[in-house]
Amino acid sequence: MNQFPLLSVITLLPLVGGLILLALPGARLQKWWALGVSLATFVISCLLFVWWKAGEAGMQFVERLPWVPQFNIQYYLGVDGLSLFLVLLTTFLTVLVILFSWEGVEQQLKPFLALLLLLETGMIGVFVALDLVLFYAFWELSLIPMYFLIGGWGDAHGTYNFLGRTLSWRVYAALKFFLYTFAGSALMLVAILVLYIRGGTFDLLALQQIGLAPNLQFWLFLAFGLAFAIKVPLFPFHTWLPDAHVEAPTAGSVILASVLLKMGTYGFVRFCLPLFPDASRQLGPWIAALAIVGILYGALVALVQKDVKSLVAYSSVAHLGFVMLGIFALNAQGVAGATLQMVNHGLSTGALFLMVGMLYNRRHTRLLADFGGLWKQIPIYGFLFLIVALSSAGLPGLNGFVGEFNILLGAFQMNRAYAVFGTLGIILAAWYLLVAVRQMLHGPLNKAENMAVRDLNVREIVTLAPIILLFFVIGLFPNLFFDKINPSAQAVVDALNRPQPIVSMAVDSER
Amino acid sequence: MRASDLIHLLPELILLGGAALVLLLDIVWLRRAEERRRQLLPYVALGVLLVAALGLIPGGGDNVSVATMLVFDPFALFFKVFALLAVALIVLLATPYMQTRTPFSGEFYALLLATALAICLAVSASNLVMIYLSMEFLSITSYVLAGYFRQDRKSGEAALKYFLYGATASAVMLYGMSLLYGATGTTDLAGLVAGLSSGAAGQSAWLVTPAIILLLAGFGFKASLVPFHQWAPDTYEGAPTPVTAFLSTASKATGFAILMRVFLVGMGAASMASQWISLLVALSVVTMTLGNLTALRQTNIKRLLAYSSIAQAGYILIGVVAVVSDSTRIFTGINGVLIYLLAYLFTNVGAFAVVTAIEDATGKLEIKDYSGLVRRSPWLAGLLFIFLISLTGVPPTGGFLGKFFVFGAAVQTRMWVLLAIAAVNSVVAAFYYLNIVRYMFFVPAAEEGEPIRVGRPLQGALAITAVVTVLLGLIPGPVILWASESARSLLLALR
Repeated sequence: MNQFPLLSVITLLPLVGGLILLALPGARLQKWWALGVSLATFVISCLLFVWWKAGEAGMQFVERLPWVPQFNIQYYLGVDGLSLFLVLLTTFLTVLVILFSWEGVEQQLKPFLALLLLLETGMIGVFVALDLVLFYAFWELSLIPMYFLIGGWGDAHGTYNFLGRTLSWRVYAALKFFLYTFAGSALMLVAILVLYIRGGTFDLLALQQIGLAPNLQFWLFLAFGLAFAIKVPLFPFHTWLPDAHVEAPTAGSVILASVLLKMGTYGFVRFCLPLFPDASRQLGPWIAALAIVGILYGALVALVQKDVKSLVAYSSVAHLGFVMLGIFALNAQGVAGATLQMVNHGLSTGALFLMVGMLYNRRHTRLLADFGGLWKQIPIYGFLFLIVALSSAGLPGLNGFVGEFNILLGAFQMNRAYAVFGTLGIILAAWYLLVAVRQMLHGPLNKAENMAVRDLNVREIVTLAPIILLFFVIGLFPNLFFDKINPSAQAVVDALNRPQPIVSMAVDSER
Repeated sequence: MRASDLIHLLPELILLGGAALVLLLDIVWLRRAEERRRQLLPYVALGVLLVAALGLIPGGGDNVSVATMLVFDPFALFFKVFALLAVALIVLLATPYMQTRTPFSGEFYALLLATALAICLAVSASNLVMIYLSMEFLSITSYVLAGYFRQDRKSGEAALKYFLYGATASAVMLYGMSLLYGATGTTDLAGLVAGLSSGAAGQSAWLVTPAIILLLAGFGFKASLVPFHQWAPDTYEGAPTPVTAFLSTASKATGFAILMRVFLVGMGAASMASQWISLLVALSVVTMTLGNLTALRQTNIKRLLAYSSIAQAGYILIGVVAVVSDSTRIFTGINGVLIYLLAYLFTNVGAFAVVTAIEDATGKLEIKDYSGLVRRSPWLAGLLFIFLISLTGVPPTGGFLGKFFVFGAAVQTRMWVLLAIAAVNSVVAAFYYLNIVRYMFFVPAAEEGEPIRVGRPLQGALAITAVVTVLLGLIPGPVILWASESARSLLLALR
């Protein structure tokens, strides 16, 4: 085992960098520092990929230290095939959103960048923590910076009346985001405590072995599941999402859609399936059904959006529905496809939000009706936008296809009807994305404001290029990724179908 | 009483002497002195508190009864340390604040030392008479502190309301004590449990239920539990802000300490425990729900923190009702209460320290006056944010640790309904705590203000409370051990 605490460095470097950033003077230095820190984190996190032990299903790069020994809480980190690419996705996208935010954040740049770095620590921590208390701490830690990013730097327009208070929309969206997530995590905390009292440990891997009564599993699954379902968001817990996505600044939307939502789907794979196998099998079909409702509902609502950012936001509901469908197909193909699709959605939707943000910086509008014929005016933008849209729609040869194909294969093995409805969702996705492409890029260039729009500059192209490169890498060489994901996905599914140990019914409530 | 017992009374004696010393210094030495010398008084008070804390050491680890009315056990020790810490923080809060507002700042510190003495006696008391006397002592000094601004009508209102409610509550409590004495013929807590569970008192066992209810009026008044909380919002709003901080932390903790000792030691037998537990479950639910729902509508920061403090008392009660006698468990309920109270002390005093700083500089107390605070004083805004997320119960803060332990105890005793209500409540609470955050960070100020100047003592208080609040979340091990050890002495009485 490698002795170098690689995961700690990746997790804590952004936090330390963010704190140092607060002491630095001058916007220019701050930007370069933030970029440097995030880039360093990304480069170091690539070592995970390089030093990866192929074919291993278990945790790698494990770090384990007692944190509160009296209480059996540990500082326990590790990654496996399920979390590896989510960590890489996080470090990768943080670099790009900092690059994107080079211009456009007029005020309070320093706290903005510091919050982005703090958020990075929280997100990576969620993906690598193997102790439930540590996980919970990171889970909540990722909540606070996002709350500030939406509330402090979101779009300032409109107000909303809420409980007798007049809030601006972005503050309302930030509050809604916080309260929804916090409500979910309050129940999750109770469930974590139940697990601790049953198992005497917060160690995730040890807790997977204790064997809980199916009845208890059911309730604990619901408590964890609610927290994750809100985060995903699974229909009908999605109502916070359009507000938060649309109101957030572009960097926030990208992180929110690409990484934060994955905390929910990742939670299902990492916690719900292995900890509560009986409940997962019992509730799986219902959740898959909700996922399909989400796919169709998200797509149909996206179809009628007038604001392109809302369109992308609702498309996330649909795409995350696919991920959930893959997970609750409860077979290796579905889980592996879902894991890759988490990354794919992160890249595609992240790129979509970036491109919408780039256009917004130029035109200060996002209404589809305000655009038209942009291809003639800004061909580079048009070309890249088309690729991103096609990736999001799941065109073969690009990344989205690989994930969705595997998810549908998995779903097909479970229940053909689910696969059929899922396919319908893909068609709808192509529809709403191409509608957006048509309204923005094609047609006559007949609005005066659009005739003065500049094409992408070098920095923006540099921001987008790595994502688009990855579209092709994943699309053409998916096994580069599946090689690492599959063993872990297989292990999750094997554990799910293994007969459970005899249930211990310890009585804890005697006074 | 033997002379060797005096060693256990050392902190109390030091506090008594210290209070007298501060008073004398104020009258004699500083009588005609210039104002500068008077500014030394708070540091004298701090010195007295420090010496009193050192005085805890000789009798530290013992578990003995002194003068038949006081018991010195780790549980009492915990609360004595708690009281000294709390009063020291309050002195820091009050130092610049009181000097500019009243010419009588000397007596103020003497009174604060007297409250510390009262708490030290109250948490040690093992006899109903001593409990009554020490609670009255604490109450009367608190009434004076609440009404300290004689010219200020709100302060007067605060003191009068506090006094009227307090007098009634203590009379009712005294009646409850007399019922217990009538049933058992003793006022000693250990004798009480023996008397109540023996056959001789069988025919008067029905007296226990009314006695519990009457006693709760007194304890609930101190701990501001619903329905004995009505004094709290007005008193919190009108009292000098450092006094409000004191009432919401040290005074509340004393109420909980006495409540736990009386119920666990005096009525720890299973048949009686089930009675007060079910009663306290109901109080807990009502307290947190009413506190939180009323807090939603507050516009004054002190009133908001008052209702929040009522709601927090409801969470703390969860620990009391989830008590388990097996002290080897991680969650014994009581250790959760102690951890929660300690975390709440630093968090809430910290929040009030920010309120004090802002009030001192601007004289403003409405939440909307906090608009744009982050531009004006980023440090104060950031610190208040830490305290608010600790009150919300977000890791890594002390508030999270407290919630974790009381919720854990409730999970262990399978109080699912109570847990569900508490979980919903903590989300409601998040809303109004975040509302303050919203004003500080997202709402631009109506007019540009200068940065707020914070005096040295207050800076010290802010630094200590913020650092401890965060450290409790990051390195909770020692506090968990200490609280569990302190709780153990009380759990032994429970059967």
